[in-house]
Amino acid sequence: MGKVGIIGVGQSAFVRGYPGSIRELAFEGFREAMQDAGITTKDIGASIICSSPEYDKQRSPAGVLAEYLGLTPQPTFYVETLCSSSSMGVRLAYSLVKAGLHDVVAVVGFQKMSEISSAESQERMGRGADIQWESPFGTMMPAYYALHARAHMAKYGTTSDDLALIRVKAATYGQINEKAVYRKSVTFDMFSDPENPLSSPVSSPLRVGDCCANADGSSCVIVADEEKCKAFSKKPVWILGLGAASTAVNMAGRDIFSGLTVGMQAGEQAYKMAGLTPRDIDVAEVHDCFTIAEMMAYENLGFAKPGEGKDLIKSKETYKEGSIPVNVDGGLLSKGHPIGATGGSQIRTIVLQLRGDAGQMQVKDPEIGLVHNIGGVGLYGNVTILGR
Amino acid sequence: MAKKDMDLRFGKFGTVSFTFTTKVNDFMNGLEQGKVSGTRCKDCGKVYFPPRADCYNCLGSNMEWFDVTGKGKLLTYSKLEYAPVGFENDLPYSIALLDFGDYKVFGRLASDITDDEIKVGMEMKVVANELPNGQLNYVFQKA
Repeated sequence: MGKVGIIGVGQSAFVRGYPGSIRELAFEGFREAMQDAGITTKDIGASIICSSPEYDKQRSPAGVLAEYLGLTPQPTFYVETLCSSSSMGVRLAYSLVKAGLHDVVAVVGFQKMSEISSAESQERMGRGADIQWESPFGTMMPAYYALHARAHMAKYGTTSDDLALIRVKAATYGQINEKAVYRKSVTFDMFSDPENPLSSPVSSPLRVGDCCANADGSSCVIVADEEKCKAFSKKPVWILGLGAASTAVNMAGRDIFSGLTVGMQAGEQAYKMAGLTPRDIDVAEVHDCFTIAEMMAYENLGFAKPGEGKDLIKSKETYKEGSIPVNVDGGLLSKGHPIGATGGSQIRTIVLQLRGDAGQMQVKDPEIGLVHNIGGVGLYGNVTILGR
Repeated sequence: MAKKDMDLRFGKFGTVSFTFTTKVNDFMNGLEQGKVSGTRCKDCGKVYFPPRADCYNCLGSNMEWFDVTGKGKLLTYSKLEYAPVGFENDLPYSIALLDFGDYKVFGRLASDITDDEIKVGMEMKVVANELPNGQLNYVFQKA
């Protein structure tokens, strides 16, 4: 079998309160990817629909979306691994294409989070953790990541100021990403201003500014075999490495809290498959649902040694001009985090970077890019390495 | 089993329980008696907290209860200023994790511990606790 690549990418704007239904939201990312690929629905052999279903009234969204996107009678099915659903979708698309079952597969991620209140959303997100043994204590996503932040601080001396620097970087690029939900500037001083909402505590040591925003959005990645990539695309981007892992859902079942094992393991697998090392990565998208998540990703992916992630952000090495640019599209922190759409959006960013199509956010001439996408509180992890 | 006959003891666990029937419902009897318990596989000896009815190590379901006793080390904690739906009246509260060597325990810090008393690495014990709404959970106190 030959190589497997990506011929089209798209995403909707990530917004608060999308004024339409899930099928219409999904269409936005899909249309952009189809126009990017320059293909028609007849060219697509199968679709994989990715989201977290607890936000929807629609049961089994795959059929409804496939119909609206014009992808019937081709097979369609649904994939869910919380926030990494669409990265897992791309992994499955790769396997379908590599196996020769289909030559072109559309991976559509979406999430319309705004139909429920923020408190309800937190409660549902929290139920992505252990509902039998943890949720009865009143858990939510920021609190779980706060446990990791506290452990990282205790072990390595990381500070809240270090984490704030990651938010400042995210906002630097969110401002120039027209698809981002949060377009405002964030300065370091805002975190020490008690009048500024970003400085108010959410779950110690994390503050409002350490947390990404819920958003509605969709994404689409079109995966194809080598022949179709060459036929349809002048600049296909190849899938060089894939890694995926899981771990205990209950925190009591884990051994490490200053990092995410799924990120480490998925990264190792992807590097091995691609025959590459962290030094080979020219640009990366990592799962920064919270600032601490990006800090841990630096270390878990080998961009920094354990405990030295703070030095990477302090020296601005993860800015666009640095040695390893990370989340130069604003990341989840500023671009927004519509659960099921996030992985596809991250992959889109790296594909655009590798093609030289990233506009104001373009990193200088990258050849290899990496996408790190985590589901739940380090419950699921996917790493995808792409090259041109 | 008819619904009225179902064993719903676990619905009493925590401020709000999301689970009502489980094969380890006896955990709740222990809590009522002031005990926090895990399970140990009688066939292979594997220890589980939270308790499980089944052993993935040897695929048996031959479990015995053990009580969580002694001191655990505080691995990490976080104080919540916002709560999910149903937990608003508990605010502020801290979730935390204790390491007992063979197993770890996830739970809450006792509400009478002040912020400046808490330090990662400190020794703590697990204590069964009745919540103001009559529900049961367990909390961590200074050892």
